[in-house]
Amino acid sequence: MEKKEAIRIENLTKVFKSRSSEVVALKNINLSVRDGEFLAIVGPSGCGKSTLLRILAGLEKQTEGNIYIKAKDSTKPLTAVVFQGDAVFPWMKVIENVEYGLRIRRVPPHERRRIATSYLRLMGLENFAHYYPHQLSGGMKQRVNVARAFASDPEILLMDEPFGALDEQNRLILQQELLRIWEGSGKTTVFITHSIDEAIFLGDRIVVMTAQPGRIKAILDVDLARPRDMLFMKSTPQFAELYKKVWELLREEVLKARK
Amino acid sequence: MNAVEGQLNQIAKGKVKTCEERRPHLTGILLHLLSFLSPLLLLVIWEILAKYGIVDVRLFSSPSRIFKTFLPLLSSGELVYHTLMSVQRIILGFLVGAIPGVVLGLSMGLFPPVKAMLEPIVAVTFPIPKLAIMPLILIIFGLGEASKIFTIAIGVFYLVLINTMAGVLNIDPLYMDVAKSFGASRLQFYTTVALPGALPMIFAGLKLGMGTALLLIVAAELSAARAGVGWMIWRSYDMFDIERMFCSLIVLALLGYIFSYVLDFIERIVIPWKNR
Ligand SMILES: Nc1ncnc2c1ncn2[C@@H]1O[C@H](COP(=O)(O)OP(=O)(O)O)[C@@H](O)[C@H]1O
Ligand SMILES: [Mg+2]
Repeated sequence: MEKKEAIRIENLTKVFKSRSSEVVALKNINLSVRDGEFLAIVGPSGCGKSTLLRILAGLEKQTEGNIYIKAKDSTKPLTAVVFQGDAVFPWMKVIENVEYGLRIRRVPPHERRRIATSYLRLMGLENFAHYYPHQLSGGMKQRVNVARAFASDPEILLMDEPFGALDEQNRLILQQELLRIWEGSGKTTVFITHSIDEAIFLGDRIVVMTAQPGRIKAILDVDLARPRDMLFMKSTPQFAELYKKVWELLREEVLKARK
Repeated sequence: MNAVEGQLNQIAKGKVKTCEERRPHLTGILLHLLSFLSPLLLLVIWEILAKYGIVDVRLFSSPSRIFKTFLPLLSSGELVYHTLMSVQRIILGFLVGAIPGVVLGLSMGLFPPVKAMLEPIVAVTFPIPKLAIMPLILIIFGLGEASKIFTIAIGVFYLVLINTMAGVLNIDPLYMDVAKSFGASRLQFYTTVALPGALPMIFAGLKLGMGTALLLIVAAELSAARAGVGWMIWRSYDMFDIERMFCSLIVLALLGYIFSYVLDFIERIVIPWKNR
């Protein structure tokens, strides 16, 4: 692996086989994620985005190809995932949810409480530490989800449409918060989304995938200075231009996927 | 579904504010009063019907007659004695059935080989009516306490087992992915996801089991018992003592109410995270 690489994916193919059918979810993916990069992936629904993320997280095995993830610090976990959907454990309090990754790694209770509390504060949840998830709104639960992934301090953060189920206002606020925390952490992040706005706003680069079977259609650089502000960014000509490019690439694929 | 039906459904689910809710005080009191008065009214009607001979008191008795039998039964300690005998059998039988039910249910839910091994046996033996095996239980365990406890235990066992297993199998796979993605070991997965995730279903099984325990105590005390509320009922039947029979039924109703209250109370402590 090269020095500045955090992840390298070579000729990755994933086929789901069942008795009656064969679904090629991913085909010949080659991708290199830079150290400290925020990589956004967009693609039509069903093109294999979640599958790619699950393979990176070690939850699924690839059919062919190789994945290399650089471990800079052997005491840290390789990856942490913010899942699509409501993945907060309902039987744990907010603080216990955020501590989960640390508890699994047997970080002493005192230490993990300290770390989890600091992430709760970052997410504006310090007053809800001892609430149960059913007492929280959808936006707050998703904050817990994000805090849980950050608190486990992985080499790579993986996020699968984390704000997909939220309403517009909550999504805007959470995007801004995520960006703030991420900019402070410098973590290599792979972020899946179906929102072009979100991909441009958050990403250093945007990977556009093809409809099934998922391949990489294009990789675009987002040359917008950080720290970013959504309102300001949306009014720039670069944003409009990039949006148009991504949309044109995606449009073809969405139309293809419908056939 | 049309609009009105939708509205009705939402009212049924408590989502739409009805007129009553806007004047909560007056109607709230009225509703409480109503649910308090309706059983009383029923008793009054019963008493009147009995008094004027419209119903046969030899068969249906009357509230005042039952009350007159109830007091001496209570003050003599006889009723308390029989109640405690039954309560002891119910609790022991419940524990003897529920504990292995939870343990085996968890194992079957967590380990596919255990499930593969035991599921056919459970599937074949579960539908046998528990009353049908009572004679066998009597032959094996004799006429003493053991046979009564075992009769209750076996009824409780299956309900708890099946619900516990379903509780584990129905845990959202997303939670398993979360545990796995954070690198949880098998043991960590059991303690942080499988057990807490199955708890609501385990409690559903325990509650069903308690209902069955009350059913079976009456049957268990039919044969070869010298005490217990169930025995009192059968004894009153032999003696044609309708009042005593009603008194025993009242005790059974109270027991059912208390046991389900206790289980609810424990559930609240063990599952504080459940959205009620
Ligand atoms: N466990 C699985 N078994 C069989 N097919 C699957 C499985 N997971 C995903 N697929 C299929 O793989 C394709 C990609 O799915 P997914 O990665 O979830 O897409 P996306 O996240 O981009 O919407 C879909 O056609 C889906 O039906
Ligand atoms: Mg997906």
